[in-house]
Amino acid sequence: MTEKLVIIGNGMAPGRMLEHLLERSLGRYEVTIFNAEPRVNYDRIMLSPVLSGEKDFEEIVIHGDGWYIKNGITLYKGHKVTAIDRTAKTVTSDRGVVQPYDKLVIATGSVPLILPVPGNNLPGVLTYRDLDDVNAMLVAAQSRAKAVVIGGGLLGLEAAAGLNSRDMDVTVLHLMPTLMERQLDPAAGYLLQRALEERGIKIITKAQTKAILGERRVAGVELADGRVISATLVVMAAGIRPNAGIAKEAGLAVNRGILVDACMRTSDPDIIAVGECAEVGGHVYGLVAPLYEMARVAAAHLSGDRAATFVHNDTPTKLKITGIDVFSLGDFADGDDRQEIVLRDASAGVYKRLILKDNRIIGTVLYGETADGAWFNDLKKRQVDITEMRETLIFGQAYQGGSPLDPMVAVAALPDDAEICGCNGVCKGKIVGTIKEMGLTSLDDVRGHTKASASCGSCTGLVEQLMTLTLGDAYNPSAVQPMCACTSLGHDDVRRLIKAKALKTIYAVMQELEWKTSCGCAKCRPALNYYLVCDWPGEYADDYQSRFINERAHANIQKDGTYSVVPRMWGGVTSAKELRAIADVVDKFAIPTVKVTGGQRIDMLGVKKEDLPAVWADLGKAGFVSGHAYAKGLRTVKTCVGTDWCRFGTQDSTGLGIRIEKFMWGSWTPAKVKMAVSGCPRNCAEATCKDVGVVCVDSGYEIHFAGAAGLDIKGTEVLGLVKTEDEALEVIVALVQMYREQARYLERIYKWVKRVGVSEIRRQVLEDRERRKAFFDRFVHSQKFAQVDPWSERASGKDKHEFRPLAAVGFAQAAE
Amino acid sequence: MNWIAIGTISDIPPRGARCVDTPAGRIAVFRTAEDRVFAIEDRCPHRGGPLSQGIVHGAAVTCPLHNWVISLETGKALGADEGCVRTIPIKREGDTLLLALTVPTGQAA
Repeated sequence: MTEKLVIIGNGMAPGRMLEHLLERSLGRYEVTIFNAEPRVNYDRIMLSPVLSGEKDFEEIVIHGDGWYIKNGITLYKGHKVTAIDRTAKTVTSDRGVVQPYDKLVIATGSVPLILPVPGNNLPGVLTYRDLDDVNAMLVAAQSRAKAVVIGGGLLGLEAAAGLNSRDMDVTVLHLMPTLMERQLDPAAGYLLQRALEERGIKIITKAQTKAILGERRVAGVELADGRVISATLVVMAAGIRPNAGIAKEAGLAVNRGILVDACMRTSDPDIIAVGECAEVGGHVYGLVAPLYEMARVAAAHLSGDRAATFVHNDTPTKLKITGIDVFSLGDFADGDDRQEIVLRDASAGVYKRLILKDNRIIGTVLYGETADGAWFNDLKKRQVDITEMRETLIFGQAYQGGSPLDPMVAVAALPDDAEICGCNGVCKGKIVGTIKEMGLTSLDDVRGHTKASASCGSCTGLVEQLMTLTLGDAYNPSAVQPMCACTSLGHDDVRRLIKAKALKTIYAVMQELEWKTSCGCAKCRPALNYYLVCDWPGEYADDYQSRFINERAHANIQKDGTYSVVPRMWGGVTSAKELRAIADVVDKFAIPTVKVTGGQRIDMLGVKKEDLPAVWADLGKAGFVSGHAYAKGLRTVKTCVGTDWCRFGTQDSTGLGIRIEKFMWGSWTPAKVKMAVSGCPRNCAEATCKDVGVVCVDSGYEIHFAGAAGLDIKGTEVLGLVKTEDEALEVIVALVQMYREQARYLERIYKWVKRVGVSEIRRQVLEDRERRKAFFDRFVHSQKFAQVDPWSERASGKDKHEFRPLAAVGFAQAAE
Repeated sequence: MNWIAIGTISDIPPRGARCVDTPAGRIAVFRTAEDRVFAIEDRCPHRGGPLSQGIVHGAAVTCPLHNWVISLETGKALGADEGCVRTIPIKREGDTLLLALTVPTGQAA
């Protein structure tokens, strides 16, 4: 007979426990889960990337609804368990469900500490714990207003960085003198503070919060020293404590957390506790690796295996803020019986410190360069005597044994029990063994079977190196990521096959390439439409129903469903007549906001969709065409005034910018393309952070490409110097055409270049004259079909249905 | 409940949608690749995005604001998201599309 297993809580620990349990004793238990959060199990560690916009919620789901159904698990979403009756062996939820159990697992996690200060319950005070908190922060961030984060620990700083990347003005208040003082020594804490301040995050240390101010909602925070920081959002991230309330009420032994033995049993033998709510051997845990270890032990125990026990291990800490690498492990306090090895490289912002005792590593702090973290962790775990390599130890594994090694050799040299994935406690031997045993060839398969790199993902590079090492040429990392769930092919294969098989409609692609869905999805259809538009100019009929709304409506949708309109101003140059026309349109259509953009254009925001064709008609009369501010295509060519006006100008930068823009407007590209032309190396048009830029010099035109100044910041690479304007235009056009033909949809130029390599692109579009000309000619051919102003077409009546409601039904009709 | 004619199926592009304004708010009327028609509230349960502006695939639409996928058949969010929009009965007589509308209580003339 099956036993009834009831689980309170549906976080990462019980989720992992169930995976183990399903492997070990399938069918022994009938499982029921109560989840106070109204959703499935997701990767809580990845909430920070969701907050910063680097990931979507779908990408961090661990078990989708289907998983529960497939495994016959009952999941009560949004049910909070209010009581455990240990005599009757039942639990009761706040929605009145009473569920009997044979074995009960408590996995209630932790609750955020709320500072006991006045105003802590005002609207606008949030914690940072679950997806609801993230969503609330995202809504608040839309105001672009001021936020205060209380707590400069791991969670607080990730929240601050996320809100900062959402354009909020963020201040972090931290009680202690340096950030993350539990994981970092003061030197690393200082470097971290400086890096965050460079991003515009204000940090106040030794800050004691006295009160949260505000009448009906948050208006600011007052510190004990009298300072007041105004804010419309306050995030409390001052710590967590185990959520043991329900266990205490049920009469279980509770200290800081629910007391469990090394088999995860509470004081009641039929009740187990796992995760952040549990206290074992005097420790409570907040990092995922020990929580997963608890899950493994609990699953073993539930399967009748008494041998598994939980053993305390130091867990490395990593901060998940893009561009800031921090690693910390073990004990790093100073002491008479300890020595340390320190390496600092101020210009590179690197700080490394190893703490040794009896010639063995007991602690590690790495800032700025953390690649050797796994190796140091391994040396510490195995208690290796480092006397022999003491001189070079701090330089990392690559410097051991004479000449520097390449990363592949370094990975090959790791012993089988070296830990690769800290989150899931997966060692090298397990990964290599599983790849061989099960014949795995893709990263997703390895993630699925071993869990390595399936949580925070920071070891993905290491796992891929192991795959290359094990599979050799059979592993091709660039081919592993399918376009979407509709196909197992990656973007590159699809692009190749479209050409090779001469596929000229979306349906032909789906049929010939064996799409798994009838009609694709919102990920693959826009990509396919772009590939076909690019590869078959004049032959393929653009499928508007496969374009995102912005490209279908030729305007940018805003959060309230209205649109913004940006007319083209060639090279950023305008005139009194144009400005007057814009002013008239703004008045006539009562457009609420007019804004100057970063690309030297004027943006009119809040236009009703029904008004768009009329707005365009009026703008068209003044000579305006679409500015394509909504397009994966050529956006803007920003210029400075060059030799026309500037006393430093070396060439006619404005003229060249206008010429490029008039030549290239209307072209569709894999992702948006922004350009700039500066008239001298002072670079007032900021050409060196654009997708393509030109810096004019006395001897000609320096062509730049692959810059970024958005999610990532990256200076451009120099493609080369050309002597004439004509040649500059030809090289730029050839470069963009190569990008159009070869990049993956939504891949910006700098990412494509990273994949293909600067020298290969230079060879094809600069050095090889014939190839350059061929790219150029293909672009010119494609422009014949692309350079049609979509606004004037629509002002004259094309796609009328797009801009009008189908019908309007009045009260009288509905009531008849 | 009244069946009200709102137009013909050819008014909507295949794999597309049009809007109908009603006293109870905007309704999105969809036509799939197989010429099935559906009507749902034009408000994503996530942040109120206009679903009529999304990409239609199979019997689902992806919201243009944050890519939630909504089933046109049930109005429910698919995948990991939780949420639901109201579906409105719609039928086809020949080429004509008819919506079943109820007057919001307290507003009827």
